[in-house]
Formats: sequence, structure tokens, C-alpha cells
Amino acid sequence: MSGRKIRGLVAKPGLDGHDRGAKVVARALRDSGMEVIYTGLRQTPEMIAEAALQEDVDVVGLSILSGAHMALVPRILELLKANQQDNVRVFIGGIIPDEDVPRLMEIGVVGVYGPGTLTDDIIRDVRSAVSSVSST
Amino acid sequence: MSLATPVLEGNRLALARLLTQIENDTEAGRVALNELYPYTGKAHLVGVTGAPGTGKSSLVNQLARYYRHPPETETALKIGIVAVDPSSPFTGGAILGDRVRMRDLAGDPGVFIRSMASRGSLGGLATTTASIVQVMDAAGFEMILIETVGAGQAEVEIARLAHTTLVIEAPGLGDDIQAIKAGILEIADILVINKADRPGVENAERALRGNLELAHPSKRLINMYSETAHHAAPTVASQHFQGENSELIWSPPILKTIATEGVGIAEVGLEILRHYQYLVDSGELKRREKARLSAELDLLLQATLVQRWRDSIPDNRYQHVLGQIVERKLSPWQAVQRLLSQST
Repeated sequence: MSGRKIRGLVAKPGLDGHDRGAKVVARALRDSGMEVIYTGLRQTPEMIAEAALQEDVDVVGLSILSGAHMALVPRILELLKANQQDNVRVFIGGIIPDEDVPRLMEIGVVGVYGPGTLTDDIIRDVRSAVSSVSST
Repeated sequence: MSLATPVLEGNRLALARLLTQIENDTEAGRVALNELYPYTGKAHLVGVTGAPGTGKSSLVNQLARYYRHPPETETALKIGIVAVDPSSPFTGGAILGDRVRMRDLAGDPGVFIRSMASRGSLGGLATTTASIVQVMDAAGFEMILIETVGAGQAEVEIARLAHTTLVIEAPGLGDDIQAIKAGILEIADILVINKADRPGVENAERALRGNLELAHPSKRLINMYSETAHHAAPTVASQHFQGENSELIWSPPILKTIATEGVGIAEVGLEILRHYQYLVDSGELKRREKARLSAELDLLLQATLVQRWRDSIPDNRYQHVLGQIVERKLSPWQAVQRLLSQST
């Protein structure tokens, strides 16, 4: 059966203690028919970029609760770019203060989702971000 | 430019992207596969199968580490890993979680891990797994570890693809009756009892060993005989079973590991290499390769002929006959005969 399946990576960079939210999102993406590579807790930006490359994913979802997002996210975006994976769309979830959101969007993040986000909204945004990449 | 060239040059992004094309069964992917095929056939393909939660991913992680950092006498091997997890039968989605156990391998350019979803295939692998493995083989990975979905009793597809098949067991999963059932235990070239620090490990080992002794009693006799008295006069039994290489009979070893702690890994690593040597020496490697390629050719032929035939008849005729089967006016077998006689 040919046809494009959306492949995503859900990862937790940094030193968070739990991955409940990341699992909820991974599960929701799965239930929407996507293939989700889950890499678990305490990943370095290098590990995440390497996994994104080997798995040739369309999207990367990062969950960060630790407050280290302004250090980790730019690094991951840099590494993706260095690997010529500009096509990969990056989403962030977790505890991200409102004032950091504009800066994150500016450097290339496609969406930032805090607590209370509906998973349907994430799924819709992922789909449209991926289809806008493949149509260009 | 061809998708195959950068893969042969060792470009990892090109490899990853080609694997996606293969997985999606695209025309470009097929063309590249044709170009890469002459470069395949060099890698040692090692299958790892067993029930969910027996520790397949952890063991694959440890084995890859072992071959990347072998004892001084050996050279490190480039390792490809293909890890298959199940697709949802309802949505087609999947969670591919095998990388969680393979974090030790991050940052090593001599390792390439690819997760894939089974996409509706039932044998423990995806339909395109064999092609994915071929691409990794052509890309220069010397050993390819193929992890199946958590397998029950009959997911034996892996034995067709791999040269060496590891079946992973864990204590407490079943008694000696489970051990004598046909299916997954039969395909083991090496049996591993993982989680060997758990209670019940002696029972698991006894059940498996008892089963192996039932499997090849006469062959084992020859083995024992040749171990104790080399080149003595052949017994009736060994004459009877004399093949091309009567002394080369592989009886699957049973090894105990604790994958999360790295206990027993070197032994498994050595047995895998020893099994490959056995396949080469006994001529079994060539035989298995031929059998596998013949099966692959047959499958492709079937799929192509069916497709060609479907393209040659109008869809409404097919639908019409299908309707008659649904209404019990024709049996499926009669329907096939009618369809084939009409189309010629």
C-alpha cells in the first residue's frame, strides 16, 4: 500500500522527571494514524537530531518542563539545519512562559502548546504543517 | 541524480530518505533498489524475536555495543538496526518505541537505527523490511540486527529473512508444553533466556533444553559421539544421517542474559559469529539464501501477475462476481474460475 504516512518524533530533551504529557501527545498522534517514534526521557539535542535524521521524520515534537527551552530548542533547530533537515517541522509542548513564545516562533518553531491544549488541535496543526512542506 | 549513489557513498541523510521511499513503495525507491542490489549479500543478517517484554530491544542495544567495542582480537563491525513495532489495525498509526532502549548507541557513526511500523503485515515484520535491510546491506553495514514486533507463537517470517535467528525467552512465560509446540521455538538458531535474574529461570531453561533434545535426538547422538571420539568408526546412526558434512550439525545453544546489566552478552555475541561460520562451512548459507530469494521471487511474481490481471479486466466485472460471492450464488473457488475463464 503506497501513500505518504506522517512520521513524527516525540522527544524529551533535558532533565525532566516525567514524560506523561509527551506520552499523551504521542498516543494522540498515533490514534490519528501517524507513525510516532518515541525516544523517552533525558535526551540531548544531539541524540534528538540524530534520531530525526535516521528516522527521516516529518515532524519533531519536543516536551520540556524544566525551563531550559531557550537553551535546548535553538540548539536542536541548529543541528537539524546542519543535517540539512530544514524540512522538519518542530513543535514544542510543556511549560513555556508566554513571553518566550514569540522568540521561539521567530527561530522556526511551528507551534507551542501548553497545558490544556486539545490534542485535536495539535493533530490538525501537524497535518497542515507537513502538507505545506510537501506541497512546496 | 539517482537516490542510490549517495547511499553507496555513505551519506546518512540520503540513506534515511531512501528508506522512507522504500517503505512507501515508491517508483523512485524501486529504481534505487535495483541499482543497489548488486552491492547486497555481504551483511550478516541477525533476527531477534520473542514475546513482547522479553527484552529484545535491550538485547539488540547490548549486542550492537558489543560488536562496536569487541574484545581486542576482533575488529568492530558497522551495525545497522531495523526495529519493527506494530501498526494499529484501526487507525494505521503506530508508536515506535524501540529506540528508548537503544540510547547507548547515540552518537556512534558506525550505528544506524531505523524504526518501522508493521503496516498491517502479520508475520512479525513489515512487507518492506527485507528491502530496508537490503539497502542497509548495500550501504556497507556489516551486521544488521532485525528486531521483530513482539511475537507470539507463529510469527516466523524472520527466519526466512535472517541468517541467524535469536529467539528471546524470559522466565515465567510458559511450561514444557509451550516449549514443545511448533512455531517460534523451532526457528531459533540461538535461544536466549533474558532476565535471568528473575525467579523461574531454571524451569525455563529445563523446558527449553528438554524440547531441544526431543527435536534432534539422533543428530544429538552424532554430536555427542563426534565430541567424545573423533574419527572413530562411524556408528550406524551417523552413517544413516551422513550428509555432505555429517559433523556440521548446529544444535541451538541456550544462553542466559540480563540485558539491562550487560550480563551474558559476550557469549551471545560470540555464538552469533560462530553460527555464521557454521552456515558458511556447511554450505547452509548458500542454501538458505537461495530458498529465501526463491520465496521472494514467487511473492513478487504473484503480486505482479495479480496486478496485471486486475488491470486487464474491467472493475465492474470483478465487483459483479464479488457480489455473487456475497450473495452465496458462487463459492469463492467458482468465482475464481469464472473470472479467469472470462478474462481469456
